[in-house]
Amino acid sequence: MIEVSHLTKKFGNFTAVNDISFNVASGEMFALLGPNGAGKSTTIKMLTTLLKPSSGQLTLNGYDVVKQQDLTRKSFGIVFQDPSVDNDLTAFENMQLHAVMYGVSSKELKTRVKELMTLVELWDRKDSLVKTYSGGMKRRLEIARGLLHHPRVLFLDEPTLGLDTQTRNLLWNYVGNLAHEKKMTILFTTHYLEEAEANASRIAIIDHGKLLTIGTSEELMKQTKTQSLEEAYLYLTGKELRDEQADPHEVWRARQRSRTMR
Amino acid sequence: MKVIYILWLRQIKRYFRSRSRIVGAIGQPLLFLLALGYGLGSIYKAAGQGNYLQFLVPGIMAQTVLFSSMFYGAMIIFDRQFGFLKETMVAPVGRFKIMLGGALGGATTSVMQGIIVFLIALLLGFHPYNWVMALFSLLFMGILALAITSFSSGIGSFVQDMQGFQAINQFLVFPLYFLSGALYPLNHVPTWLRIIAELNPISYTVDAMRWSLIGTTRFGIWHDVIALAITLVVLIIFGVFRFRHIEP
Repeated sequence: MIEVSHLTKKFGNFTAVNDISFNVASGEMFALLGPNGAGKSTTIKMLTTLLKPSSGQLTLNGYDVVKQQDLTRKSFGIVFQDPSVDNDLTAFENMQLHAVMYGVSSKELKTRVKELMTLVELWDRKDSLVKTYSGGMKRRLEIARGLLHHPRVLFLDEPTLGLDTQTRNLLWNYVGNLAHEKKMTILFTTHYLEEAEANASRIAIIDHGKLLTIGTSEELMKQTKTQSLEEAYLYLTGKELRDEQADPHEVWRARQRSRTMR
Repeated sequence: MKVIYILWLRQIKRYFRSRSRIVGAIGQPLLFLLALGYGLGSIYKAAGQGNYLQFLVPGIMAQTVLFSSMFYGAMIIFDRQFGFLKETMVAPVGRFKIMLGGALGGATTSVMQGIIVFLIALLLGFHPYNWVMALFSLLFMGILALAITSFSSGIGSFVQDMQGFQAINQFLVFPLYFLSGALYPLNHVPTWLRIIAELNPISYTVDAMRWSLIGTTRFGIWHDVIALAITLVVLIIFGVFRFRHIEP
């Protein structure tokens, strides 16, 4: 369903993603792990058409991600790391706007929105402005919105960051069902290794833009001769702390700007 | 078409939900009307030029539309900061439609602001020369509004923060406005100022507004219309081109 082959992204001299290749099968839940600045978000940005790769080949749902942008965009839903809802619209209006942009027929719109918003337990709050929502409610709304147009692939970029246990539990149960019952392909990133261990069929670990390893959590433990996924992860990526660095794209852009000012 | 409509509707809804924005955007033109209209009115009359308020109102309406349309670009910066821009960037919709839907929405709200200022001016004693002709001012405000919202979309696409955006406002839009003949007649100004004003698209908008509202024109209405049309086309092209290279 997702094919990544020799994917590379350079920002000036800095290589954010360095020759990464992997495939994700239909209905698979695939975790992308790595420390801050490893290249996870840059990879997702390229897979979701927000950034153009410097080189390499990307295929999603059979479409060439770079050349068939709109077909690719119709094929996936995404929940971004940071909120991406319009705070000055109601939840229902946010859903409606998404539906129209993705060409969901007006006949289907109402029932589909109701179904999804009921599922994430927001239907009774559908007419509230989103700015009155808590972080967890916004995230639930974004999940409902990401599924509105029947995507074949769902990207979740640190979907549980800052959420309470109840919401995390609901989210993983629901996402798990989507993968098993609807054969939806899920690609997610997280810093909570237990989430990857519990939910992902396979795990890829990347660091410094390179793919270190890929496999089930058992395979990763066996490979590193460790007892837990966390130990395996630390064995592979090292124990030193990473600076909570802005994404390389931003850093590069800031540098470009100061260069043009001079 | 539906996509353009829904993005237009988004701007309209946000406008009506933000009372502070409606009031805030009227404060400045109102201040200009009162301070200049009453402050300079008697000198203007003594100089034998007639009623200054009549002369001033079309210029202030253009000012209202100009500045609220420029403000639309700030909305794009906010959309980036609050993340909503990403949602539109991954949607299977052409960038042109996204840009145009929003710009049309921003233009519509700007024209509404212009109409509010017109109504206030009526209360202050302004009277249009001919009510049917006055309807043309809606068209001219609409053209200016769409041209400037397209322009400010383009600016909002590559300026990353509000400070940078304000700088463009200060160094480009304010001078364009003050050097446009909106506040004073261009008959007796020094040659350099006249030349600047004659190259300035805002001058032609103001002139067209005067033609429809008080029945006078300096450049001739057809010159105004041609200048407005060229401005609109150039700025839409600029906006679309910049917006296509936007990075969320």
